[in-house]
Amino acid sequence: MLSLFKTAWGVFLRAFEKRVTVSYPEERPYLAPRFRGRIILSRDPDGGERCVACYLCAAACPVDCIALDAAETEDGRRYPSFFRINFSRCIFCGYCEEACPTYAIQLTPDFEMSEYARQSLVYEKEDLLISGTGKYPDYNFYRVAGLAIKGKDKGEAENETPPVDIRGLMP
Amino acid sequence: MQGIIASVLTIAFVLIALLTSSAALIWAERSLLALWQDRYGPNRVGPLGLFQPVADMIKIFTKDDWVPPFADRPVFVLAPAIIVITVLTAFAVMPFAPGVLVADMDIGVLFFLAMSSLSIYSVVLAGWSSNSKYALLGGLRGAAQMLSYEIFMGLSIMGVVLLAGSFNLNDIVEAQRNMWFFIPSSGLFIFFPAGLAETHRLPFDLPEAENELVAGYHTEYSGLKFGMFYIGEYLGVTLIASMITTLFLGGWLGPVLPPAVWFILKTGAVIVVFILLRASLPRPRFDQLMGFGWKAMLPLALINLLVTGGIILALTDAPVFPGGGNAEPL
Amino acid sequence: MPKIYVDGKECEAAEGQNLLEACLGLGFDLPYFCWHPAMRSVGACRQCAVKEFKDENDARGRIVMACMTPVTEGARISIDDPEARAFRAGVIEWLMASHPHDCPVCDEGGECHLQDMTVMAGHVYRRHRFGKRTYRNQDLGPFVNHEMNRCIQCYRCVRFYCDYAGGRDLSVFASRDSVYFGRSEDGTLESEFSGNLVEVCPTGVFTDKTLKKHYTRKWDLQAAPSICVHCGLGCNTTPGERYGRLRRIRNRYNGSVNGYFLCDRGRFGYEFVNGDKRIRRPVLRERPGEEEQIDAGEAIRRASLMLGDGKRVMAIGSPRASLESNFALRELAGPENFFSGLPDNEHKLLRLVLDILKGGPARSPSLSEVGRADAVLILGEDVTNTAPVEALMLRQAARKRPVEKAVSRKIPEWDASAIKTAIQNEKEPFHVAAPFATKLDEAAKAVYHAPPEDIARLGNAIAHELDRDAPSPEGLEGRIAQLAKDIAEDLKDAKSPIIVSGVSLSEAVVKAAANVAWALEAIGKKAALSYIVPECNSTGLALMGGKSLDDALKAAAHGGFDTLVILENDLFTRAGKEEVEVFFECFENIIAIDHTATRTTSAAGLVFPAAAFAEGTGTLVNSEGRAQRFFKVFDPEGDIAEGWRWLGRIMEESGAGTAWSNIDEVLESMASEVPELQEAIDAAPSAGLRMAGQKVARAPQRFSGRTAIHAGRSVIEPRPPEDPDSPLSFSMEGFQPKGLGKEPPPELIPQFWSPGWNSPQAVIRFQDGTNGGLRGNDPGVRLINPAEAMPGYFREVPGPFRPRKGEWLVIPVYHIFGSEELNALSPPVAGLIPRPYIGLNPEDAVKLEAPPGEEVALKAGGLHLKLPARHMPGLPEGVAALPVLPGVERLRLPQWGVVARPKESAA
Repeated sequence: MLSLFKTAWGVFLRAFEKRVTVSYPEERPYLAPRFRGRIILSRDPDGGERCVACYLCAAACPVDCIALDAAETEDGRRYPSFFRINFSRCIFCGYCEEACPTYAIQLTPDFEMSEYARQSLVYEKEDLLISGTGKYPDYNFYRVAGLAIKGKDKGEAENETPPVDIRGLMP
Repeated sequence: MQGIIASVLTIAFVLIALLTSSAALIWAERSLLALWQDRYGPNRVGPLGLFQPVADMIKIFTKDDWVPPFADRPVFVLAPAIIVITVLTAFAVMPFAPGVLVADMDIGVLFFLAMSSLSIYSVVLAGWSSNSKYALLGGLRGAAQMLSYEIFMGLSIMGVVLLAGSFNLNDIVEAQRNMWFFIPSSGLFIFFPAGLAETHRLPFDLPEAENELVAGYHTEYSGLKFGMFYIGEYLGVTLIASMITTLFLGGWLGPVLPPAVWFILKTGAVIVVFILLRASLPRPRFDQLMGFGWKAMLPLALINLLVTGGIILALTDAPVFPGGGNAEPL
Repeated sequence: MPKIYVDGKECEAAEGQNLLEACLGLGFDLPYFCWHPAMRSVGACRQCAVKEFKDENDARGRIVMACMTPVTEGARISIDDPEARAFRAGVIEWLMASHPHDCPVCDEGGECHLQDMTVMAGHVYRRHRFGKRTYRNQDLGPFVNHEMNRCIQCYRCVRFYCDYAGGRDLSVFASRDSVYFGRSEDGTLESEFSGNLVEVCPTGVFTDKTLKKHYTRKWDLQAAPSICVHCGLGCNTTPGERYGRLRRIRNRYNGSVNGYFLCDRGRFGYEFVNGDKRIRRPVLRERPGEEEQIDAGEAIRRASLMLGDGKRVMAIGSPRASLESNFALRELAGPENFFSGLPDNEHKLLRLVLDILKGGPARSPSLSEVGRADAVLILGEDVTNTAPVEALMLRQAARKRPVEKAVSRKIPEWDASAIKTAIQNEKEPFHVAAPFATKLDEAAKAVYHAPPEDIARLGNAIAHELDRDAPSPEGLEGRIAQLAKDIAEDLKDAKSPIIVSGVSLSEAVVKAAANVAWALEAIGKKAALSYIVPECNSTGLALMGGKSLDDALKAAAHGGFDTLVILENDLFTRAGKEEVEVFFECFENIIAIDHTATRTTSAAGLVFPAAAFAEGTGTLVNSEGRAQRFFKVFDPEGDIAEGWRWLGRIMEESGAGTAWSNIDEVLESMASEVPELQEAIDAAPSAGLRMAGQKVARAPQRFSGRTAIHAGRSVIEPRPPEDPDSPLSFSMEGFQPKGLGKEPPPELIPQFWSPGWNSPQAVIRFQDGTNGGLRGNDPGVRLINPAEAMPGYFREVPGPFRPRKGEWLVIPVYHIFGSEELNALSPPVAGLIPRPYIGLNPEDAVKLEAPPGEEVALKAGGLHLKLPARHMPGLPEGVAALPVLPGVERLRLPQWGVVARPKESAA
């Protein structure tokens, strides 16, 4: 019985504590760069699309809200011919970003994306692709990967030796 | 003629004051709860969110007032009105200040008890007419809970009646000029929980326990009818708080300030305690609630009555029964 | 069964296995690269190291390669031993030192044996500080993509390509740590089995180029068990679909049929399903040239008007349509009005083949039995081009006896390189008699190139040598008689001889093959008799009965028919253009049901869109007589439905019965109407089967994007399509086969996958022992079984071939790419279809003054063709060859014709 009064007294004392509510939108909270908000697709430092349509983000997505289809340019670069995120399903878990081997898909500190119609929450590639590099300014997948594309031949990637001469006779 | 006009004016004044205060309570309760939970509460509509009740009212007025096709329509419509009517009627005997009351009845206390008992019908009928299992369960709980606590409520007031020697609330207030009755009579500690149960406020809101029963007896209600239950609840809280003030806290008595202000201050303080309890206490199980009533409250109420009577007998020579307690039998 | 102890656990292994096979068969995870169940061990990669202990007291043990260590009674090994683990982790670290950082753009990713093994061996971080070795790639043609940087030098590709499939143009170059696998120069891979490199390669060096064009990961492909429709062998396949398009075909292991490999026609011919010539909605053509798409209900109503009310209906079935569709058509028109749609000669030959297989004691072998034969006689069939996977199996048969000899010298059968060294160039009794040089000639001990008559005579001579009761050809040349004697001796010596023939030449050849097989049976040998049939359901159609196309033409000319219904058949590929046009004139209405627009569908007044193999469910009967079910892989857009479904609805509308609600009902009514096909119902479990209360999921567990795929059109997610015809669901929801016993009946396994095994190697988790059948019996039921009794030999033996002056016997030539109608519609295959030609004996060509490429004219069967000449080695004098290719008008071959220089024939 006494505990009830103690509880009530304790709760009453909370009246003199500082309030924790942040009065959004007048007051804006600090969002860390790694905040998991609206998803974007970034470009590499040369301006090419970073996404190589490897489907890993789609596979990692626990709510299966990412769909894409791979295509290839004349240069030998693979890219998504369409890339769709259904934000009405997205739970902003960030697994897609973790899965992405090219830093293409990134979550940004933006959560203000309410819509009146659910259909408007379906983002296509043109809504997702930005013109910058996002959080990773220097990374360029094709400079690391052993695949040759136009402008980067075999053996020209980082840490690669020139192509083997298979007709050479030297031991 | 003048008497009639005065009465009508009083009635109008009381009605307006009560309805306004219950609207204000919507804001006050949310603000206080927020305060105790380190939040802001309503702060968007008007300064300090004061117009929140207005916004709520507009919302409730413009909502689709839907009667489920499976409900018993006449009863379903009637039920929410009953609670408002009975509670408002109970206020008729409430002395807000010297002379400011609607009906100065000698059976004031009994009238209050009668009216607050009638409000059970509202809950039961709402639960029954909704024709839905959650509503029915809520209605049943409400009936059992309110009937039980009615008894202890009545018994707890008897000490006060003994002390004052009258059922007239004016007389009861006047009798507290020397000492507020919560000191000699511990009835307050029985009346208060009984009042909580009577108005089914947290922690005794089992008839509408949202975790188990969706919204209890008013599950199927919407729009204005729901609003009536809502207002009825706040009116009930005000009624019980006013009763506590009148019976135990000296009513409008007080120094310096005008009597009406004293009444309002005391009532307000009791309401704040109501809200504080809501903010802090968890809801008991239904069997615990009933057990508490019959196993703790009933013996306490009886003991309180006995002890009060005994003290009065010991301390005064005055005849216990005016008109000759030691009179010869007929 | 020797007992072995693996990490202290007592297990039973099979006799003659090596430790790796035993461990994998017992369900242990042991990484490996160079071992392949079909090609066995060479011990090249050192990845399968385990520790072997002398006895229970030996605590030190020694590291051995599991794939090179035979299973011995009481062997004690440890996979989990820390030293063995460290050894394996070290090996994979070396293998990965130069592996490029490109899994995201590698088509093998997600089904990569190297990925699986890296995870299994526990290698995570590249410590090698030096540069990565790189290579330049080659263009290997339209099927296979080359990316040498990913190579881990396991040698599987050349072992498959050269040793197993007999290819010559893929090899190993360079030395030490820069070994290179490729061709001597860029160019299309010549082998018909090059596509298997994609599955054989444990990493992404060889990947599917057709898949690369519309790439999708394995985990995103919705798949269902299917059957290849590009020849009569009925290889089991796994087509994969994404976003309504067929993305690729993978092999589906069936221990009794195709085993681990497919041919390139079957693997890359699928793209006709995505073709722009597909029919997707019913088409109404009220007047020629005017066509409109109408909705399904309207089309059915119109069809019922054309069929009902005492109208006389003629129905033409198809060897490329399922049993169910053909049966539904037969129901619609009545058995007496049902025609097979095959020209007379082919129709009769197929019936003859059936009579031989059902009336005689020689059994039609399954493909795996073909691979186990120890003496082979091919009579008149270019197997590599008409039934490619059978040719691959025959190549294995060619090694059978030499391998046995090596095994008898105590070399374990799995020790592939030792066996290869022991065999050298030894050949088994493998004899080819064909009208021209074929690819299998190189495997043969004796080759005989002759016209059809002489091939039949050789066959009869062999039969006569085996059993004197068999008819003997008169006036046999001494050389041929000697050859017949030698072949007969070889066949007599064999334990399981096989005679391979087919319906591409003549009746006499088919009968001669039967005589040889029966003669072997007569002397107490169990002989297998394999007849190659041209299309995926040729055998099923023959079992269904009906009359030939020529009978139909005759019957129509007599008049009295109102409506013609043609099911999935382009009559212009069966008979001459004029014949067919005259035939069509005989009918008031023509209804065609087909999946692709052909000349026949454009002549029809009402066209229904049929399902291609990946869009519907049905049963096909292969040349062995095995009925196998293929399942709908995806729900196609438009009104596409199976032929039997359309026909059922039309019959219901015209009041001729109620439509079948699912395939089980069709099969039931078929069982009661056509008793020969009764057992087809057992080709797969019925639609009511549930695994743990669920349907089997078509899509893998990891299938992605299902809340986004349709969101472009509407954010409200549609309910997945229902499948009334099978216990398979169109979703990843449902029972997921995991192998090691946690799997549905093998007919229903959409893709082979097991935890930790994402590559095609996962099949080991579903097999009953190394190279065994699938657990719970290989899919399919045999509808043809040999008779006990010995029938009389075919007595008529043709006389020897006599070249005619100024006339040539024109015989058909089949090409793997193009000779079958559907694969020719697949763009990657289309580029490899040969240009039409007229094949001539080089000497004849010289006489005609027709150097290669020079245009010559052929006049035969009322047809004039002008095509470039081609010199065909081996083609006998007086014989000309006409390829069966799109764009070459159909002739009933073989027949006599005149070949001449164009100006002479013009005159």
